[in-house]
Amino acid sequence: MFPTRRPASIALIVLIALLTIGAGDDARFNQLGHKLMCVCGCNQVLLECNHVGCAYSDRMRRELAASVDRAESDDLTLQSFVQKYGPTVLIAPTSSGFNRVAWVVPYLALALGVIWLVLLVRNWNHRIQPASNSGSQAPDMLDTFRRQARKETEL
Amino acid sequence: MSQLGSYALLLALALSAYSFIGGLAALVWPGPQSERLGETARRAGIAVFGVVFLAALVLVVAAFADDFSIAYIFHHSNRDLPAPYKFATLWSGQEGSLLFWSLLLSSYGLVLRLRHKTDTRLFAYASVIIAAVQVFFLLLLNFAAHPFAVMRGSLPDDGNGLNPLLQYPEMVIHPPMLYLGYVGFTIPFAFALGALIMKYPGEKWIHITRRWTMVTWAFLTCGIFLGAHWAYSVLGWGGYWGWDPVENASFMPWLTGTAFLHSVMMQEKRGMLKVWNMWLIFATFGLSIFGTFLTRSGVVSSVHAFAQSSIGDWFVGFLLLILVVCTYFYVVNSKHLRSEHRLESLVSRESSFLFNNLLFMLFCFTVLWGTLFPILSEWVQDKKVTVGPPFYNKVTIPVTLLLLLLTAVGPLLAWRKTSLESLKRNFLWPSLGALAVGVAMVAFGVRPWTDISYLYALMAGMLATLVALTVISEFIRGGRVIARHTGQSLLPSMLHLWHRNTRRYGGYIVHFGVAIVVIGILGTPFNQDAEKEMGYGDKMSLGPYALVCRSYTQEDNPNYGNEWAIIDVFRGGKQITTMYPERRFYKASQQTQTVPRIHATVREDLFLVKDLYLVYEGVNPDTGRPIIKAHLNPMVPWIWIGALVMIFGTITALFPNAAPVRVTAAARVPEPATVGAGD
Repeated sequence: MFPTRRPASIALIVLIALLTIGAGDDARFNQLGHKLMCVCGCNQVLLECNHVGCAYSDRMRRELAASVDRAESDDLTLQSFVQKYGPTVLIAPTSSGFNRVAWVVPYLALALGVIWLVLLVRNWNHRIQPASNSGSQAPDMLDTFRRQARKETEL
Repeated sequence: MSQLGSYALLLALALSAYSFIGGLAALVWPGPQSERLGETARRAGIAVFGVVFLAALVLVVAAFADDFSIAYIFHHSNRDLPAPYKFATLWSGQEGSLLFWSLLLSSYGLVLRLRHKTDTRLFAYASVIIAAVQVFFLLLLNFAAHPFAVMRGSLPDDGNGLNPLLQYPEMVIHPPMLYLGYVGFTIPFAFALGALIMKYPGEKWIHITRRWTMVTWAFLTCGIFLGAHWAYSVLGWGGYWGWDPVENASFMPWLTGTAFLHSVMMQEKRGMLKVWNMWLIFATFGLSIFGTFLTRSGVVSSVHAFAQSSIGDWFVGFLLLILVVCTYFYVVNSKHLRSEHRLESLVSRESSFLFNNLLFMLFCFTVLWGTLFPILSEWVQDKKVTVGPPFYNKVTIPVTLLLLLLTAVGPLLAWRKTSLESLKRNFLWPSLGALAVGVAMVAFGVRPWTDISYLYALMAGMLATLVALTVISEFIRGGRVIARHTGQSLLPSMLHLWHRNTRRYGGYIVHFGVAIVVIGILGTPFNQDAEKEMGYGDKMSLGPYALVCRSYTQEDNPNYGNEWAIIDVFRGGKQITTMYPERRFYKASQQTQTVPRIHATVREDLFLVKDLYLVYEGVNPDTGRPIIKAHLNPMVPWIWIGALVMIFGTITALFPNAAPVRVTAAARVPEPATVGAGD
């Protein structure tokens, strides 16, 4: 019984392993291919450049596939592309050196925005007598004028 | 013919300069003489429209007459170009598009100057500012980017033709829409700056410019979505938005313009955020000019930057001038812009607008920062970097989700203060509906814990549902009150409700459209694609579809030669359609262009509609068989439907309000507005 079952089991395991390895490579190829740009000037992600006969994308895809087949690490693969095609081949700035500034500044802007908002609200609320733009007119009176103006200019 | 155009441009410059200088002199030195001077300046401004229109007409006629003695026509047209694209030649190159800018500005100026009796003095200020902007563009047209420059040497038999990417029906309407949006922001800018300079009392200038701003915003919205649809239908990579610098250039003024449309209500209703609104409209106008600069100067590389030259310096100078003028008058007259009220509660309409503006500004800053970072990087570390979708998505997706939450909550908040009880009451059913959609999404296989993109999709689905349901509930709640008092059924009552406050309910329809657009975008993480070389009878599978190549062939016409495949599409063994992906070779420009084919599965999938998107990538030279790439993009058609709803909502918001329903004293009950309280 065992002799007949064993080769089948081994074949099944090998098949699953091969499929899994293949699937893993495809996923890595797909993942890395979406971290790279085609450098032909089309401004497309490498795997989305649809120019058959494009002087760059076919070659770059072959190089990427070869790198994945060699089981090189992601960093090594991306670095080899940077060395060959320049830093613009990466789809986004790295998170090292000056490039880190690109990622940090939007959050800094958010922080500054929140501070501005807090200061604005505090400024409003600490103003005991609200300012009026015509000196003697109270806000309620201005509200009346505002309604009147809205009515008059309803085109 | 070129001489007529050249003289028209020179005359337009002279008239604009007179309109600016004469108008300015009349405002600076008031008196009986200056009134007549101001009137002549106004009329000169009106005449600019006629002269610029003549110049544009000459260029279009030259395109139809195949007048290749004009360099612009030689570079952007050819004899076999179809008639609509010959018309589109006007804006397909740099010189022509600047002339088109000038034409649109003079058209807006014409309307403004004809309506000057609304407020003569304010309109005179606005007219002078518009004339100044017009002078800048006419200087460019006359001295830096002349559309009527003539060819030297022997005349060519045929032109270079139009860029193949632009030979698509939407290109006949997309640039005009976008330009109407860009140029249109000059009007609120001119009114705002004019109001600041003359220390205009009250907020009347805002009421006057409200419709201008909304119309402009609608044009820009329309232009952006048409551009996205064009990219989807023409570029052939299966996407509609790539965070390209030129896409960003159109998006930034839209973001600040949207923020302005919201925050300006705080100034109208409560006399708050006056400084902020002033700078918001300055920034929106500045970003419109900046967008034109990005498109035309060549400082950033982009597939959309169709014409690049050295006119960037002119734009930088103009932007600096705008900044200096705006800053000067702000510093001199800032006391005029003091806020009149305080924020009474964090749970109020005012606070929702504040957060809304903060998020819009963060969004805009991120887009600006990402667009300019490659230039900064080159300057600092002497190497350019690419700033692509991963950067933008990291910030803009969470911000969009927060904006959606505010879109749902904001309309339920009252001005000044909202009780938590009313918020809970009005929010309960929409929240339960959103939760149900979230559960359904997980049940149908969305696993937010496996990938952050699925988490975003789940949140976007729930929040978009929340927005849609709050809008629907607002209509129903208000409609019921009207129905109770008029005896009408619910639907006419809801129409009546909208007609009583078109701005508020039109705005809700826009919000509903935004929710639909978000539903369209949330399908992105579930996109699938496949690629295969397909001979006769070859089959490719993608999701539930089987694609079978029936045949492939070639054709030829005077404008282009093409190769195309005939692909039968099956689902569950049943043929649902036949698609014809194509690749063209344009003879005049010697360029190739893919023509993707798209089948929206409306009949098969109803709400979960998908786009089956086929691209003819070319022929394998070894086998002679075509290579077909297929994308399956779920929900994308909802984006275009949502955009239409947004435009529809904006149009409805432009209608004047009807008189309120008359209710007898005995029957009077609290208005539905207690829920949302105002627009």
